[in-house]
Amino acid sequence: MLSALLVMTGIAIVLGAALGYAAIRFKVEGDPLVEKIDAILPQTQCGQCGYPGCKPYAEAIAQGAAEINQCPPGGEEGIRKLADLLGREFKPLSEEHGVEKPKAVAVIDEQTCIGCTLCIQACPVDAIVGAAKQMHTVIDKLCTGCELCVAPCPVDCITMTPIPETVENWKWKYPVVELRRVA
Amino acid sequence: MRSLFRFHGGVKPATNKAASTSEPIVKAPLPPRLVVPLHQSIGGTPHPLVRAGQRVLKGELIGAADGNVSSAVHAPTSGLVTAVEPALMAHPSGLTMLSVIIEPDGEDRWAELDRLNYKSTPPDELRDFVRDAGIVGLGGAVFPTHLKMNPGREGRTRTLVLNGAECEPFITCDDMLMRERAAGIVKGTAILRHLLQADEVLIGIEDNKPEAVAAMQTAVRAEGESMEVVAIPTRYPAGGAKQLIRVLTGIEVPHGRRSTDFGVQCFNVGTAYAVFEALTCGHPLISRIVTVAGNVDRPRNYEVLIGTPMSDVVRLSGQRTDTTRYLMGGPMMGMRMPGFDVPVVKATNCILVASDALFPPPPPEQACIRCGECARACPADLQPFELYWFSRAKNFGKAQEYNLFDCIECGCCAYVCPSHIPLVDYYRFSKSEIWARERDKSASDQARERFEFRNFRQEREKEEKAAKLAAKAAETRAKLATEPAVDGAAATPAADAAEDPKKALIAAALARAQAQRAAAQPKNTDNLSAETQAEIEQIEARRRTTGNAPASGPAPAGTGASAPDTQP
Ligand code: SF4
Ligand code: SF4
Ligand code: SF4
Ligand code: SF4
Repeated sequence: MLSALLVMTGIAIVLGAALGYAAIRFKVEGDPLVEKIDAILPQTQCGQCGYPGCKPYAEAIAQGAAEINQCPPGGEEGIRKLADLLGREFKPLSEEHGVEKPKAVAVIDEQTCIGCTLCIQACPVDAIVGAAKQMHTVIDKLCTGCELCVAPCPVDCITMTPIPETVENWKWKYPVVELRRVA
Repeated sequence: MRSLFRFHGGVKPATNKAASTSEPIVKAPLPPRLVVPLHQSIGGTPHPLVRAGQRVLKGELIGAADGNVSSAVHAPTSGLVTAVEPALMAHPSGLTMLSVIIEPDGEDRWAELDRLNYKSTPPDELRDFVRDAGIVGLGGAVFPTHLKMNPGREGRTRTLVLNGAECEPFITCDDMLMRERAAGIVKGTAILRHLLQADEVLIGIEDNKPEAVAAMQTAVRAEGESMEVVAIPTRYPAGGAKQLIRVLTGIEVPHGRRSTDFGVQCFNVGTAYAVFEALTCGHPLISRIVTVAGNVDRPRNYEVLIGTPMSDVVRLSGQRTDTTRYLMGGPMMGMRMPGFDVPVVKATNCILVASDALFPPPPPEQACIRCGECARACPADLQPFELYWFSRAKNFGKAQEYNLFDCIECGCCAYVCPSHIPLVDYYRFSKSEIWARERDKSASDQARERFEFRNFRQEREKEEKAAKLAAKAAETRAKLATEPAVDGAAATPAADAAEDPKKALIAAALARAQAQRAAAQPKNTDNLSAETQAEIEQIEARRRTTGNAPASGPAPAGTGASAPDTQP
C-alpha cells in the first residue's frame, strides 16, 4: 500500500515536472521576425525546404542561414512576400527544393489499407485517424498536402488528390474584356 | 406623414416592370424532373438524408442543416429520388453541386406537417424550427433567416424594416406577392416582430408600386397590427438594406458596421411570407415566386417549385428564338447562368432572358479617366475608381482598406462609368481572392497549431516514458527495501541496489522469475495428511531397498519463495 502510494506520488511529481518543463521549453519565444516569417510560410510542414517544418525554416531565414526561395508550397507569392518583408531580392524558387504544385490532399484507399499506422506516425499535423490493424483515413480538412505519408505506406495505398474546385471555393476570374460580354 | 431621408448616389434606370405585373401569379406545372441542390444558403452544405430509389413526400426533409449557419432543404413534391449526385448549379461558376434528383409521381402528396404556435413557443425552438423549415433571405442573399431572428444583446430591436422596395429593373416578384398575399406577409412580419421584440415596424415599398402599397396598407389594417407602410421614392438601389434603412430611419450605418448595431433589422417581404407559411401552415420553403422577363412574349410571375429547370419555367412565357442566355436576378446585379436547364433555387427571384438585341454587349473597356462619376453614383459612399485601381493591381490589402467589403455590387458605378469599365467584375474578383486568402490563412494557422501540438506531444511522450522507467526502478527499490528478511541472499543485492539501480533491477527481475518458477513447481507433496506422509515414507523406504532411489529427495516444502542457489 505504502509503496503504491509512493509510486503514484512519484509519477505525479515527475509528470508534473515534465509538463511544466515542456510548457517553458515550447513556449513560443516571441522572436517577432521569426513570427512574421512563419506567418508567411504555408505551414504545410513538408520539410522540402530542408528543415523539419516551417518554423525551423523561419528561424533559419531569420538568422540568415537559409535563402528565401526554398519553400515550394509557398511558391512565388510566398517568396515575394518574404522578399518584401526582409527587404531582400526576389529569386525564383530553388529547383533543388522542388516545384510549386496545385494544392492536394492525401486520400487513403481504404480497401488496401492494412492498418500499419506508419502514415499516422509520419503525418506532421495529425490529420490521419485509425488504430492498429484498422482502416485508416485522412481528415481532408486538416491535411496540408505535405506528402510525408505517401512514402512510408508499405502497400502504396495513399495518393495525393488535387483539391477540386467547388462552388464554395470558386473564385471570380480576373476580368478581361471578353468576360464582360457575358452580362 | 413620415419624413424620409436620402441615401447617397444611386441611379434611375428604366424599370421595365409593367409587363410582368399585368397577370396574376400562376403556379408553374410540375416538371418531369426536379434537381434540388443541397447547398442553397450561405453557410454549411446540408447532408443528404435520402438515397437513390427512395420515395419522398412533398415537404419531406432531404438535407439536414449542417450546423447552425446552414439551412435545411426539402422535397418540393412527392416522388422517387432517382439519384443523389452532382448536378450543374445555378451559379456563375458553371460548377456542379451535390443535388437530389426527384422524379415527381404527380400526386403531390404532403408529408406530415408540423405547425407551431409562435406565441407559446420559446424563441430558441422557433429559430430551430425556421432553420429546419429551410427559410433563407429571399431577396437574393439567401442568408439563413433564423440567424437574424435575434433581438441581440439588449433583448429588443428598435426598428424592424420590411423590405418591399424591389428596386432592380424587370423584377416584380415581391410586388406581386404583396398585391396578392399581403395578409400572409403581415402575419409573417408579426411573427418576426415577436421574436425580435421590435418597437416599430416599417414596411418600405418604392412608390412605383401603388397597388402593393395599397394592398399592404389594407392588410395591416385588417390584421389590426401597428405597422407603418411607407412609400419611398423610386431610385435604384433603394432595396439595398443599408439604403432602405437610411431612407426610412435616417440612420447612416458606417463602413464596416451592421444595421443591428443600431437596433435595426431588415427582412425581405418574401422571407416574411415564408416564415408565415412555415409556422402557420407547416409548409417548409419548397417554392418561391419567380419573375420571368426579358426576351419572352409574355413576361409573368410564377410560383415555382425549387429544383424546376429554368427553361421549363421560361417556356411558359414563350421564350423568343434569339435568346442567348439567362441571367439570375436583374440586369444590374444578375449573374449569367451556365446553362438553360439549371434549377430554380431559393435565390432565384428572377430569370431574365437575354438576347444580344435586348442587352447588347458593352463597348470595350477604356482607361479610367478619374472623372469621379462612379463615386457620385455609389450608394455605399465608396470610391469605386480607387477600388478598381487596387483590384486591378491586385493590391487587395489596400482595396480592403478602402472598404471593398461594403460594396454591395449594385452596379451603379459601372452603369455610369463613361469608360465602360466592368467595375463590379473587378470587385468580385478581389473579394473572392481575399476570401481565398483568408481560407488559406486559417488553414495554415490550424496546421501550425496542430504541428506544434504534435511536437509537444511527442516530446511529452518521450519524457513520460523516461519518467515511467524511473518510477519503476524506484518501485522495485522500494519493494526490495521493504522485504529484506525473507532471505539473507536477497538482501545483499538489495543493498547493492542503492549504488547501482540497474543491477538492482536485474536482481529484482531474477528474484521475481525464480519465485515464479518455484511457485509453478508441482507441489503435490505439500500439505499432506499424516497417513499419506507415512505412505510416501514407506514407498521411499522400499525404493531405497530396491536401490533405485532418486539422487535427492523432493525439495523441502515451504521454502519455495527463495532460491539462493542461482544467485550470481
Ligand atoms: S518547404 Fe514545407 S516545411 Fe519548409 S517552409 Fe515550406 S511548407 Fe514549411
Ligand atoms: S495526411 Fe499525409 S499529406 Fe496530409 S498532412 Fe498528413 S502526412 Fe501530409
Ligand atoms: S466613372 Fe469610370 S472613368 Fe470615371 S472615375 Fe469612375 S471608373 Fe474612372
Ligand atoms: S457596385 Fe459597389 S462600388 Fe459600385 S456603386 Fe455599387 S456599392 Fe458602390
